[in-house]
Amino acid sequence: MIVGVLALQGDFREHMAMVRRLGAEAAEVRTPAELASVDALIIPGGESTTIGRLATAWGMMAPLRERIGAGMPTLGTCAGLIFLAAGAVGSDQPQLGVLDVVVARNAFGRQVDSFEADLEVHGLDRPYHAVFIRAPWIDKTGADVEVLASIRDAEGREHPVLVRQGRILAAAFHPELTDDDRIHRLALDLGEGS
Amino acid sequence: MEPSVEHGTDRVKRGLAEMLKGGVIMDVVNAEQAKIAEEAGAVAVMALERVPADIRAHGGVARMADPAKVQEIISAVSIPVMAKSRIGHFVEAQILQSLGVDYVDESEVLTPVDENHIDKRAFTVPFVCGAKDLGEALRRIGEGAAMIRTKGEPGTGNVVEAVRHMRKMNAQIRWLTTVDRNEMMAAAKELRAPLGLVQEVAETGRLPVVNFAAGGIATPADAALMMQLGCDGIFVGSGIFKSGDPAERARAIVEATTFYEDPETLAKVSRNLGEAMVGIDIDTLGPTDRMQDRGL
Repeated sequence: MIVGVLALQGDFREHMAMVRRLGAEAAEVRTPAELASVDALIIPGGESTTIGRLATAWGMMAPLRERIGAGMPTLGTCAGLIFLAAGAVGSDQPQLGVLDVVVARNAFGRQVDSFEADLEVHGLDRPYHAVFIRAPWIDKTGADVEVLASIRDAEGREHPVLVRQGRILAAAFHPELTDDDRIHRLALDLGEGS
Repeated sequence: MEPSVEHGTDRVKRGLAEMLKGGVIMDVVNAEQAKIAEEAGAVAVMALERVPADIRAHGGVARMADPAKVQEIISAVSIPVMAKSRIGHFVEAQILQSLGVDYVDESEVLTPVDENHIDKRAFTVPFVCGAKDLGEALRRIGEGAAMIRTKGEPGTGNVVEAVRHMRKMNAQIRWLTTVDRNEMMAAAKELRAPLGLVQEVAETGRLPVVNFAAGGIATPADAALMMQLGCDGIFVGSGIFKSGDPAERARAIVEATTFYEDPETLAKVSRNLGEAMVGIDIDTLGPTDRMQDRGL
């Protein structure tokens, strides 16, 4: 299996290193031709507005919607989650709309509010140490979206930060910034099963 | 779940710089420019009173921007906002942190106030610092910098110094990976850098933090040149808003930073951008005009 990593902007090299560590082949994806040659896709952390604008300018929106919509296993982290989503509160930035959620960007605050914390993840036997950087959370989820992890805000309300819909896995945090490969394994397993 | 939360860790500070990689950070002096930068695909903006070219022209002491200006820019965009403090001016940095800026640039573009740099570990907000060589980069990282950029020669529209600094850093890292373990202390002494960081670079063959190019980048080709030389992303100061068509040039530099290895795409995005900023020959600068020699 060749795992493509969208390499328009962001920390795509960290994802590629993680994919290779898991024994799969990794390839940078910037063009429709490169997208056509991969079996799975990771959309990395970065700036979602930048990734969205580059994808629009270089004709990547339609091919991405088509491949992901057709069931290609896909992992999005942070900006990747925002880019996959159907909407973002208060923003009209380009989004793929293949994941039936609405996100709130920078939901935890600015960079001084960025944090790391242990997260209980449904299906993992021990907590996952997650890094949240100017992270979004998920405001609304559609009927087909399964919430795998949530985090509680200062007012005690729960907000989803890891969700699955079919073969799409999306995280508000950055598994690529840690040595823990369990989220990447989960994503690659989506391709093996169903 | 109720998380036990840690803020301001090295991983969180360095992590934001990781997210900016492959992107362009643009100097802006007001909300309108910030919006143009965001619209063009900037990954962050640097909020300033004046761009470096105007700081040169204006002369006098250059200080932190007016907090009202920084706030105006923070309110205008959804992307990260950086702002500059003077070298050693930890109170300007405290003020910028309280305003909610996402990165403080302890910058040689402003007038230094101390031979010592800021103790950056005392802050929750991360810092980026300029460096001309590996020793300077490791001294700043030792003080707590979470991101490094070349100094270049700011406000000149001339990329020659950024190239020099990037090449020097790369050459020194290559050299360090060949140094015998028993000679590490001598290497640290030669670089005037902390031993632990010197050993880390010798083992990994890379800086422990993200390294951007800055200082004199004016064209899409300049940006791609710096990316091919191995930097992680691009700062553009005066190069965008001192040019004929800032919006078009900004977009072109963003695209050149993504497709930096593809000359056909670079040719395409470089077409019809209008007038680039007027450059300065570095040899015509007097010793006191060289911003890169501040804060070593």
